[in-house]
Amino acid sequence: MNPLVQVKNVSKTFPAGQKLFGEKSVVHAVNRISFEIMPGETFSIVGESGCGKSTTARLVNHLLTPDSGEIWFDGKEISSMSENEMRPLRKDMQMIFQDPNGSLNPRMRVEDSVAEPLLVHTNLSAGERLKRARELLEIVGLSAKHARRYPHEFSGGQRQRIGIARALTVRPKLIIADEPVSSLDVSIQAQVLNLMQRLQDEFQLTYLFISHDLSVVEMISDRIAVMYLGCIVETAPKAELYGNPRHPYTKALLSAVPVPDPKAKKERVILQGDIPSAIHLPEGCLFHTRCPLCTDVCRRQHPEPRDLGSGHIVACHHI
Amino acid sequence: MPEELLLDVRHLRTEFSQGKKSSVVAVNDVTFQIRKGEILGLVGESGCGKSVTALSIMQLLKDTPGKITNGEVCLEGKNLLECSKEEMRKIRGENVAMIFQEPMSSLNPAMRIDAQLVEAIRLHTGKTRREAEEHALKMLGLVGIPDPARVSRNYPHQLSGGMSQRVMIAMAMSCDPHLLIADEPTTALDVTIQAQILDLMRKIQREIHTGILLITHDLGVVAEMCSRVIVMYAGRIVEEAPVELLFSSPMHPYTKGLIASVPKLGSGVKSLPSIPGSVPDLSMMPPGCKFAPRCRYAQERCRKEEPPLLELAGGRKCRCVLAEDDKEATAQ
Repeated sequence: MNPLVQVKNVSKTFPAGQKLFGEKSVVHAVNRISFEIMPGETFSIVGESGCGKSTTARLVNHLLTPDSGEIWFDGKEISSMSENEMRPLRKDMQMIFQDPNGSLNPRMRVEDSVAEPLLVHTNLSAGERLKRARELLEIVGLSAKHARRYPHEFSGGQRQRIGIARALTVRPKLIIADEPVSSLDVSIQAQVLNLMQRLQDEFQLTYLFISHDLSVVEMISDRIAVMYLGCIVETAPKAELYGNPRHPYTKALLSAVPVPDPKAKKERVILQGDIPSAIHLPEGCLFHTRCPLCTDVCRRQHPEPRDLGSGHIVACHHI
Repeated sequence: MPEELLLDVRHLRTEFSQGKKSSVVAVNDVTFQIRKGEILGLVGESGCGKSVTALSIMQLLKDTPGKITNGEVCLEGKNLLECSKEEMRKIRGENVAMIFQEPMSSLNPAMRIDAQLVEAIRLHTGKTRREAEEHALKMLGLVGIPDPARVSRNYPHQLSGGMSQRVMIAMAMSCDPHLLIADEPTTALDVTIQAQILDLMRKIQREIHTGILLITHDLGVVAEMCSRVIVMYAGRIVEEAPVELLFSSPMHPYTKGLIASVPKLGSGVKSLPSIPGSVPDLSMMPPGCKFAPRCRYAQERCRKEEPPLLELAGGRKCRCVLAEDDKEATAQ
């Protein structure tokens, strides 16, 4: 089976202003990352704020173009495509956003919002479009009577369902979900995650799931990449990453998650300090400023990702 | 062992007016106590009234349509609701301090860190400028800020989220308050920074013996920090229990659902039990038990009359008809 998405050595920088007569400074948002997503799997990217996970999502979706590297989607190289060439492909990759309030037009009835992708991507008549939109609203657990309401009449969880319905109208292959449940309460979060899993089976979807929440990611993913400061430090299948984390950052991240069980006593690796600025990246390994295992070689040399077998890839000198 | 009572909130009721005639009750008959040096957790989902409870204790509802319409809030025996504005201003900061979710927006962006700290210290203590400056640096060091002398000359925008929250904590603790109210103190922070801040709060509680009211929606944080927990739903307390009991044997169906719907790290499950439906709108509350429309055990009478908060054995309380079977249950 060929991968649906292939990201090869992709980098992206953003300009960050210029000092008078000085050098232009840039933010290194994503640094030479590579990964593949197979059809039907859920691939997740986790990391803390500013680690480049949303930038990665936008690169895959061609909302941003990379500075270097290649992005392949469904057998085509898309990173150098123009917006016109890209448009027919957009049907196959849809996005679900974090903030369901900001991503629905407040002046449009939800059935119109859900039907709108069909207007762009298909030749269906207005009646057929609305019919399909209502079908999808029912599939995501809303009733037909909700279809003619406006977004403000819904709760956060229901709005996220509308966002999911809209992403599904054009029967995409890939859905990119950028923090889809982080603005929801836990009881609602579970509803939306369960819905996403049911839809994956029903519509044979592939998910690229972006989140900062390791427990949510564990529930929904097949494979996971951990990002730190624009680099992927560890990629592994779910059981492997949670059962046998190898990179010191992954270990620290996992141990920092509060466990909802007062009896669980665990050894906690508390990282010192903050994430360094992405404008002035540290030399050598990007994690060395906070790493408990840091030695001389880490300060000098950037570790290359190595495959430890069975798809477990780690970038660290001490593995 | 009866420890000294720090905060005693009784039958607190806070209403928000909507237009001239109607009003919604955000906090309804809330009663709880905090003992000295204890961390009490207050959990619930958005809109359940946990933040309004905190603001009511601090009496920070002045610029909102909110009004406390009943109850008393006693801090070390003194009813805060009867205090004048001047007295209250003195109590805030000196006896009770509060930290908020957004450290960035709680600091004055146009003032240097040291100036903000010195202002707070001099307002509440008779310290001279020089003494206050020394005290400020000491506090910044205590909350784990490296090189306090340098950091204190920065403006808030030059600090990261975790650092700003440390500054907020330093400011809150600078006058040795007996009670610290922390409203979602780590929600805006990353997990590795959250671990640092929680660690710091535990240290403060241990060393200075401050009572902490920790408001959060994160059950993981509650399990790690608190000794006792209150669960709120739709403006009411639905359950109160020591933390081990709450997690090992939750009694209220809402608490059960809430604990079950949290994904647990390392559990390897693929789907979660969830609570159907969503929180009712405060202005359209169902009669009877407020959780009944989402409750799978709801009986006919749950929909008609609201159950009282029952006091049970082991220092537990529960607002549910199912808890009536418990032999020692007595209505409050």
